[in-house]
Amino acid sequence: MTTTGIRSVGGALDRVDALEKVTGRARYAYENSPRELVYAFPVQATVAKGEIVHVGVDAVLKQPGVIAAIWHGNAPRLAPSDDDELAVLQSRRVAYRGQYIAVVVAETPEDAREAAGMLRVEYAAEDHDVDMRPDHPRMYRPDHVNPNFQSDTQRGDPDAALTTAPVVVDHTYSTPAEHNNPMEPHATVALWDGDGLTLFDSTQGASALRSVIAPLFGMPPAQVRVIAPYIGGGFGSKIEVHPHVVLAALAAKQVGRPVKLAVTRQQMFAITGYRTPTVQRVRLGAETDGRLIAVTHDAFEQTSILVEFAEPTAIVTRMMYAAPHRRTTHRLVRLNVPTPTWMRAPGEAPGMFALESAMDELAIACGVDPVELRVRNEPAKDPDTGLPFSSRNLVACLREGARRFGWAGRDPEPGARRVGRTLLGTGVAASTYPTYRAPSSARVRAEPDGRFTVSIAAADIGTGARTVLTQIAADALDAPAGLVHVEVGDSALPWAVLAGGSMGTGSWGTAVVRACEALVAELGRRGGDVPPGGVEAAADTSQEVRGQAEFARHAFGAQFAEVGVDADTGETRVHRLLGVFAAGRIINPKTARSQFVGGMTMGLSMALMEESVMDREFGDYLNHDFAQYHVAAHADVRDIEAFWLEEEDPHLNPMGSKGIGEIGTVGTAAAVANAVHHATGVRIRDLPIRLDKLVR
Amino acid sequence: MTISWDNPGTGGGREARVKGEANTNGDGAAPGPVTVDLRLSVNGRRHPITVDTRETLLDTLRERMDLTGTKKGCDHGQCGACTVLVGGRRVKSCLTLTVTVDDRDITTVEGLSADGVPHPLQAAFIENDALQCGYCTPGQLCSAVGMLAEVADGWPSAVTPGLDGEVDLSKLADEEIRERMSGNLCRCGAYPGIVAAIGQVAR
Repeated sequence: MTTTGIRSVGGALDRVDALEKVTGRARYAYENSPRELVYAFPVQATVAKGEIVHVGVDAVLKQPGVIAAIWHGNAPRLAPSDDDELAVLQSRRVAYRGQYIAVVVAETPEDAREAAGMLRVEYAAEDHDVDMRPDHPRMYRPDHVNPNFQSDTQRGDPDAALTTAPVVVDHTYSTPAEHNNPMEPHATVALWDGDGLTLFDSTQGASALRSVIAPLFGMPPAQVRVIAPYIGGGFGSKIEVHPHVVLAALAAKQVGRPVKLAVTRQQMFAITGYRTPTVQRVRLGAETDGRLIAVTHDAFEQTSILVEFAEPTAIVTRMMYAAPHRRTTHRLVRLNVPTPTWMRAPGEAPGMFALESAMDELAIACGVDPVELRVRNEPAKDPDTGLPFSSRNLVACLREGARRFGWAGRDPEPGARRVGRTLLGTGVAASTYPTYRAPSSARVRAEPDGRFTVSIAAADIGTGARTVLTQIAADALDAPAGLVHVEVGDSALPWAVLAGGSMGTGSWGTAVVRACEALVAELGRRGGDVPPGGVEAAADTSQEVRGQAEFARHAFGAQFAEVGVDADTGETRVHRLLGVFAAGRIINPKTARSQFVGGMTMGLSMALMEESVMDREFGDYLNHDFAQYHVAAHADVRDIEAFWLEEEDPHLNPMGSKGIGEIGTVGTAAAVANAVHHATGVRIRDLPIRLDKLVR
Repeated sequence: MTISWDNPGTGGGREARVKGEANTNGDGAAPGPVTVDLRLSVNGRRHPITVDTRETLLDTLRERMDLTGTKKGCDHGQCGACTVLVGGRRVKSCLTLTVTVDDRDITTVEGLSADGVPHPLQAAFIENDALQCGYCTPGQLCSAVGMLAEVADGWPSAVTPGLDGEVDLSKLADEEIRERMSGNLCRCGAYPGIVAAIGQVAR
């Protein structure tokens, strides 16, 4: 076969689906309209705990265009599931305010919505408890934290070490509930036919969704097809199967017509998950030169009555810095609240806010530069597992970031720089994210005209997966990227792990490389001859991934922030954010930069704005729209830069890559909070950094 | 324009319209929706269409005309994903009732390119990787077209409150672009690429 000798990996290939997206041709879930379709609009519980005693469907059924009103009294029965969120309309119990308790199906969206608003529901309400606090009497230790880490770990005797350490920092930090808020609200179009169920869904994992939905309806997975070529962001909220998917499928089954259902932006605050609020106590014991003797990190979180979702908030502290005495713990309380879920860097993002804020406080307590403090506490191997790191370049990131940012000569004195009304400060924090890889499968086909088609049920939620898999396949086939077409987002394609845990490229890329290698071998056996019907090869990486050598695999980074705080109003602006990352080989510098910068933007947003406020009286998230739940807008993002180091790591995957989708969000909020302290002398330990916390 | 009421007594379908006096029909059933016949001018073409008076321009475009490039992000005018151009000015189609625009020229993202050639902003968005998931992108693009026209017409902003006459687009500052584009949220954080793309086209 002809060899090009040109490597595609490492090149700044334009996003291969960009033209579809900028022209509006890319079709997202709700934009599929099967013939005879009807519209569903859900009804939400208006109590946070209790029982439904009456549902007034008769009046609703008389409304124009209404086809059905479905509730627990007439809903199709579902098979039992170990996820109680998916037992939709199966019981009269209400577990949280906003839970779906009925759905109205009508001919038009207007008819459905109007009729749904008229549905009268009577409840026997019970007293609810939505108040997450560390001293809650029902705090308990979960069996494990997500996905399968020990809840608590201990090495040495941290309590004793903390009583004798020359310098001790002991503070409690908190992060609020935060909602993922992808720009595309969750949506499902459900269609039943003789072959089973087809779902056009906005999901981060077509294979996973199929395997969850099929058994609920008593079918084998092969009878469910999930189609999701374009997904308008997810940030974790489209990993788990949420109740609306079941509701759409159930409604379509009941009325015998295809059903469209979109979760509204407001409903998303109850239905599609969020990051749990956390309270975290961090204790650091150190020598006077800043070398850690002991570190403890105790995290308190909430979950719902229906599902135990245990955010792994403190796990970063297990591997981040060297210290002979260490402990991490996680405690949960089950409340009458919506079910939390994965949100970009689940665990790492809130956990590193606390740890990296505490490290800044330790640097000040010891009079050591915060960059230098982190360098002094660099471990030789993973302090938790004792495993060697496959690669760890945190120190190089800190040094390179300090050089690019202009950190040298920084005056550590807080509140000492003022220009007009603006107090200026700079801060630094470390970033990290684990490098996971999961089994997947892929198929590749050579066409007689020299083109190749790569098929894998991966998801491109905006990460650039289609683009980097095109490059990875091109190199494995030794073909130009222009001859490679990658198909993703369909459960009918070879099964693949979902887009989560920053493991997409590593997992899918391995499968694609192995399939391409098999095809190249097959083409070699055929002397390069491709018959009119084409030649196919496939690969399944289950064995390879499960058999990989044991290493501590993590990406690292360093983030530097410069802020200006209005001395009179407390208004905080991030003037500059600069991140340097070490994440193995970067497949595509263009899409990678967007991933890093996008992650950092979400971190900036977490630092200054994001906060879902629990309404204790009514028991739901009060500020449930973009007017009240603020995310960073254009004007908030000024000078933001991402760089990376060349990092060779032979222990990862055929590409030598680490995941980059989440690390940008880790440590950012701490860098901003540390800069705010440097600017003002006020230490904000409770996110977000609102002006009312700065003005006293 | 013809205003009609559905007759619920005949099933309430879109075809079963009768002209009537009011939302009452004496048999105790709920009133049917009020519909209006109009001609929508979208991307240079006139479309005769009957719409529910409750229908937003966003839903008409997406659900009735299969112009799904315009996106629904919040349905409350808070995210900008639904931005289209009406008479060359950017509006949020989720806050616009379709019956109010029957005599206006509407441009959606599908109408930005001419003869299959991408609009310069579309090309610049690709070059600057000014998108990730792509869901806010049509709104960003329509908003950018409208924004550049506003600047050219000398409309003020919080950055430049006292504009006199026309503004030289070649001197459009990033800060000005950021301010004027802040009604369009992007959760992926593609803002720097969007600002660079708009600046590149403007200058």
